[in-house]
Amino acid sequence: MLNRTIAPKVVDAVDFHLTLPPYNKYTLRNGVEIFAIELGELDTLMVNWIFDAGNFYENKNLVAATANYLLKNGTSKKNAFAINEHFDYYGSFLSRACQNEFADISLHCLGKHVNELLPVIAEILADSVFPQDEIDIYKKNMQQRLLVGLKKSDFVAGRLIDSYLFGEDHPYGKMSSTEDYANLKQDEIKKFYKEYYEQGSCVIFVAGKLPKDIIEKLDECFGSLPLHPRVSSTPTIAVRPAAEKKYNIVNDVNGVQGSIRIARHFPNRHHPDFQKMQVLNNLFGGFFGSRLMTNIREDKGYTYGIHSYLLNHVQQSALLISTEAGKEVCSATIDEVYKEMKMLCDERVDDEELHATRNFMIGTILADLDGPFQVAGRWKNILLNNLDGEYFYKGIDTIKTITAAELQDLANKYLQPEDFYELVVV
Amino acid sequence: MIHFEKFQLQNGLRLIVHEDVSTPVAVLNVLYDVGARDEDAGRTGFAHLFEHLMFGGSINIEDFETPLQVAGGENNAFTTNDLTNYYMQLPAENIETAFWLESDRMLSLAFSEKSLEVQRKVVSEEFKEHYINKPYGDVWFKMRELAYKVHPYRWMTIGKELSHIENAQLSDVKKFFFKHYCPANAIVVVAGNIRTEQARSLTEKWFGDIPSGEKYIRNIPQEPKQNEERKLEVHADVPLDALYKCYHMSSRTDDRYYVAELIAEVLGGGASSRLHQALVKEKKLFSNIECYQTGSTDAGLLVVEGKLIKGIDMVVADKAVEEELVKMCSQKIDDKELTKIKNKTESAIVFEDMSVMNRAANLAMYELLGDANLMNTELAKYQSISANQILSESQILFDKKNSNTLYYYSNN
Repeated sequence: MLNRTIAPKVVDAVDFHLTLPPYNKYTLRNGVEIFAIELGELDTLMVNWIFDAGNFYENKNLVAATANYLLKNGTSKKNAFAINEHFDYYGSFLSRACQNEFADISLHCLGKHVNELLPVIAEILADSVFPQDEIDIYKKNMQQRLLVGLKKSDFVAGRLIDSYLFGEDHPYGKMSSTEDYANLKQDEIKKFYKEYYEQGSCVIFVAGKLPKDIIEKLDECFGSLPLHPRVSSTPTIAVRPAAEKKYNIVNDVNGVQGSIRIARHFPNRHHPDFQKMQVLNNLFGGFFGSRLMTNIREDKGYTYGIHSYLLNHVQQSALLISTEAGKEVCSATIDEVYKEMKMLCDERVDDEELHATRNFMIGTILADLDGPFQVAGRWKNILLNNLDGEYFYKGIDTIKTITAAELQDLANKYLQPEDFYELVVV
Repeated sequence: MIHFEKFQLQNGLRLIVHEDVSTPVAVLNVLYDVGARDEDAGRTGFAHLFEHLMFGGSINIEDFETPLQVAGGENNAFTTNDLTNYYMQLPAENIETAFWLESDRMLSLAFSEKSLEVQRKVVSEEFKEHYINKPYGDVWFKMRELAYKVHPYRWMTIGKELSHIENAQLSDVKKFFFKHYCPANAIVVVAGNIRTEQARSLTEKWFGDIPSGEKYIRNIPQEPKQNEERKLEVHADVPLDALYKCYHMSSRTDDRYYVAELIAEVLGGGASSRLHQALVKEKKLFSNIECYQTGSTDAGLLVVEGKLIKGIDMVVADKAVEEELVKMCSQKIDDKELTKIKNKTESAIVFEDMSVMNRAANLAMYELLGDANLMNTELAKYQSISANQILSESQILFDKKNSNTLYYYSNN
């Protein structure tokens, strides 16, 4: 008879040897570096072009994001429709995103079509014209999207907490307004494009089942462009945190939930506490079985979900706790968050919980490394933060060896209520 | 081509095993043949609430989360109007932990008052977060009621109203469990780095002695053919006017389903799609417009939805949408456009199947539709569709008498 009260034996996390599959590095004629990850059985491919063209580099709000967004909206030879139709015709997905330090273009396609697609991306990088009509449509549509966003408490809370932490003038804390969109000018966008894309600094990641001649093709299409390799430093801009730490905002008088954000500054990945904090964060609020979730959702039922995480910023991170809770239980939720912090400060995590946390984290990384795009994602994160492969292995080692005493010290250092900004938007 | 083997246990439980030794993980996916369409009209939202209770402890295992963490695994679940699906992913070496956990909660739950009380609140907050505290959050409650008069698709998976969830009793929970959560009504998929024989013997070991239960025979009324154009107007505190149009399409197992999916792709798939090009870029009537279909098992809906540019009249915008639909009914699409949507469909399928978790869930869902191997024949079905079929299906779909239109006006 099967005894269902006894758990099957498991292999422990410490016995898994995780490896981050390596990249091959190539250099184009113009010096642009390619990091290639050869993995996978399916004929799928991802190519990323990453530029130092995030909003750190703009002189006026939204210029970087707009240049990035409108990259595929027209060259001197093709209009926006022709470009979109070309990528759609080959069943590919061309997306772009603008962050703080970086902006990227990414292509997902079947390997068999890649040669039809690369030349058009080269055309976009050499000859985007930003037609006025496309800019006007974009401005209008983005203003409308913003109006809808501003009705949502979670959107408003997300913007505000960033602005308190970093200051409204800092790229990490900037907020866009409908006026900012109205003020966008074609010549500014073109100028930004010329400096940061056409003649910009670029790095390429390619991952998947790589066609044999992929590097040659990349060199053929991009090696002769006036791009140059990345310089590893982004201009540093000082953060200007708000003086006041507690905020209650009424965004919608009929709102039934409050968006709660509780946050403090945290150093970047180069700081020795960063990877340790990832372990503490994991058990604090990093996943479904975390303390915040177990207490505030699974015991109290105040919210559908509560999470804590370290912001993915290059220069300066922050620890953020985020949840939407019933309007009438917002203050009770905040109290519980601080109680959980205090508990981590006052009591050492017991062996069982620490053991479970280690195994869970290693298991998640193992699963997360499954696939070429995921591996490329890890490498991107490492390299763009000016770290190297050792960082990955140090992180694994930290998870396997951090002690309960270290976690308690860390809690006492970073989980002090007076350091936190606190915001409720209803 | 996704390789798999199929088995059936003595107690009626269906098992599908998909080996993939290239991954370090294994997945245990358990699908129960029950969704919101199986609920009573007076007690909606129950299938989904029940999914939450499945994490609140089972008959022999009080704490579900910790053992899974210790095994390095993660898990989640989702409920739709058609089905409920649970999945766990672990390092392959530790997959037996998933069998232990999943089989115990199929055997029986702990049925704790506390868990029910908490999850009623959690689901109420989920309801508020997604459908009340959000502009346009109530659209699909209204749209479903407009389009469906008989079929239980007329309510949302989350439930028709908050009170149905708040009133759920433990006796309802028990009844629901014993009716739907048993081997006769479940499909297990094991996928990833595990050998078929091992998957089979672990399934026998952990699920083999669970009583079969009674096979649930679904008997829900299908929606009769709609015979009149339906319209609804709503005024709400939202920043922009929005237009929603729905058309009844065929069920998931009908060959016409695939044609409707391609029609949605022509109209709304990507930045070169017709609606975006004509109505956002050229006529500048909408700030965004989409077209998709609900993917339902029973006859679903093809949906067009968009937000209007401020100052544009709703009727003008609606007419412009209809002009595009009329084009679909009067002119055959050319070869280039047909090839484009087929190529897009091909890559969408390949990319989706990259993840072993998706493959596991899809095998279960196709088996529920009748045969897991449908997963391997889908692409050929799309590729065989002709421009003529798209034309004639458009004529059926976009008949005015088959339309449901919602004008969602901004008060501002």
